Amino acid sequence: MMGVSYRSFRLWQRNRDVFLRLWHTEAPGMIAEPLFVLLAIGLGLGTYVALADNERYIEFIAPGIVAAYAMFSASFECTYGSFFRMKYQRTYEAIITTPLNIEDVVAGEAFWGATRSLITACAILIVIAAFGLVESWWALAVLPLALLAGLMFSSIALVFTALAPSVYSFNYYFTLFLTPMFFFSGVFFPLDEFPEIVQNLSWIVPLTSFANLSRALVSGDLASGAWWSLGILVGLTAVFFPVSLHLMKRRLLK
Amino acid sequence: MPVIEVREAVKRFEAVTAVDGVDLDVEEGECFGLLGPNGAGKTSLVRMIMASSPITGGTIRVFGLDVTRAAREIKAHVGVVPQEENLDPDLNVLQNLIVFSRYFDMPMSEARQRADSLLDLLELTEKAKAKAKVDELSGGMKRRLLIARALINNPKLVILDEPTVGLDPQAKYLVWQRLVTLKEQGTTLLMCTQNMEEAWRLCDRLAVMHQGRIAALDSPQALLAQHGGSQIVEARLQSHDRKDAVLAMMSEHGLHWQEIEDTLYIFEGDSQALSDELKAELQITDQHVPTLEDVFLKLTGRSLRE
Repeated sequence: MMGVSYRSFRLWQRNRDVFLRLWHTEAPGMIAEPLFVLLAIGLGLGTYVALADNERYIEFIAPGIVAAYAMFSASFECTYGSFFRMKYQRTYEAIITTPLNIEDVVAGEAFWGATRSLITACAILIVIAAFGLVESWWALAVLPLALLAGLMFSSIALVFTALAPSVYSFNYYFTLFLTPMFFFSGVFFPLDEFPEIVQNLSWIVPLTSFANLSRALVSGDLASGAWWSLGILVGLTAVFFPVSLHLMKRRLLK
Repeated sequence: MPVIEVREAVKRFEAVTAVDGVDLDVEEGECFGLLGPNGAGKTSLVRMIMASSPITGGTIRVFGLDVTRAAREIKAHVGVVPQEENLDPDLNVLQNLIVFSRYFDMPMSEARQRADSLLDLLELTEKAKAKAKVDELSGGMKRRLLIARALINNPKLVILDEPTVGLDPQAKYLVWQRLVTLKEQGTTLLMCTQNMEEAWRLCDRLAVMHQGRIAALDSPQALLAQHGGSQIVEARLQSHDRKDAVLAMMSEHGLHWQEIEDTLYIFEGDSQALSDELKAELQITDQHVPTLEDVFLKLTGRSLRE
């Protein structure tokens, strides 16, 4: 598709090697924050929250936390990470003198962002399983889901990166796009009590679909909306992935 | 078949024409230099040759293949040494070479061997053993590592953009020696440079670029013989009022000159010693045997261009 070849895997390998070299500097942060949120909000605040069916609040938010932090991992990688490699380290410039083309580089970044999403989802899933918050073997399906959603969030991030004039632009991406999604995508409270219009809108917000699917899998309660959510993730990926390749090519090939 | 074949190449950026109809052939095994002031179009031309920049007009073939159609096949056999260092700062010295070798699908064992011999050739083995990061290298070492990286795929063509700019003399000589070795092994080199000594020592042929075009193309020796004359005289006028008369007299004598501020740079040919009459009008401040630099300045003008 659009000039992407197996060589994008070479870029993925490059990022993997760097990650394996530096992961211990990132790993504590990667797992500490979701853990704090889980404990502070889930256990702390959760004591005062009564849910329908006597469900424990921490049980409600745990799968959403998996989804939200998987999203953040992919997004960090493909905004700040990619922008630094592109602009300051000029890594792309060096790589495109080899048989890799820009599409390979950008696709490799997206696949790596998806991998980061998977790694984060995996780590948090282990933690919440240790807390006894996983009720079904279906939870393992969260891993391929995190890979797909990671590819989607990476592609959206790369579209923004291709357009970002400076590294400061990413503040907007985080405060106006990711953070609102974090709070209003059904991670912390169900959306069924909101007006219908809000509910309908929330369906097309990418994190809502991811969080709902994650919750369905972790609880083993696969509702009818699952296919619809999956369709949203696939559809958004199918749109943003090629757009990111196109915009990045336009930016870099002058 | 020439290694690089450029025909009527044009590169336009909106209103600016950076390359304005260039024709040139680079033959196998030669070191070809592109000389020119900043903004002359050297980098734009080279970027098109490397398939890193779309071609506005004309055709460019490398190894007989069209760069717009066969970029991957071409790039597999080209090494690039950029002017501004773009080593991978997230990786150490050896990893920079190994990771780069993967972009060429080189098997790991071969890559290790090749990396070791290149590190040895460019005197970086110690740094590689110490697992030094890119940040810990001096400017000269970074440039050497860039060269090693450009050679990892055993390229048939190496493109270098100002390979010794900013290096101290020791580092510069080491780079020059390695480039000579490379040339002796039959590698074709295409080099952008503003360093006249570099051009003189290394290049078999030079194209002097000026405002997007080739102003002159020949061996350094031939360029000097053709455009340098036998002597350069720098002089000021004894009296400004006599300027028109003096310039007319010089034209009569068939002399070439350039006028910068209040100084005249006069190119004397073999039998063109200044007449006594002219000498009386001039206050000679310096005379020297012409160099490539004089030729460069003659062809591209002495005034500052940006």
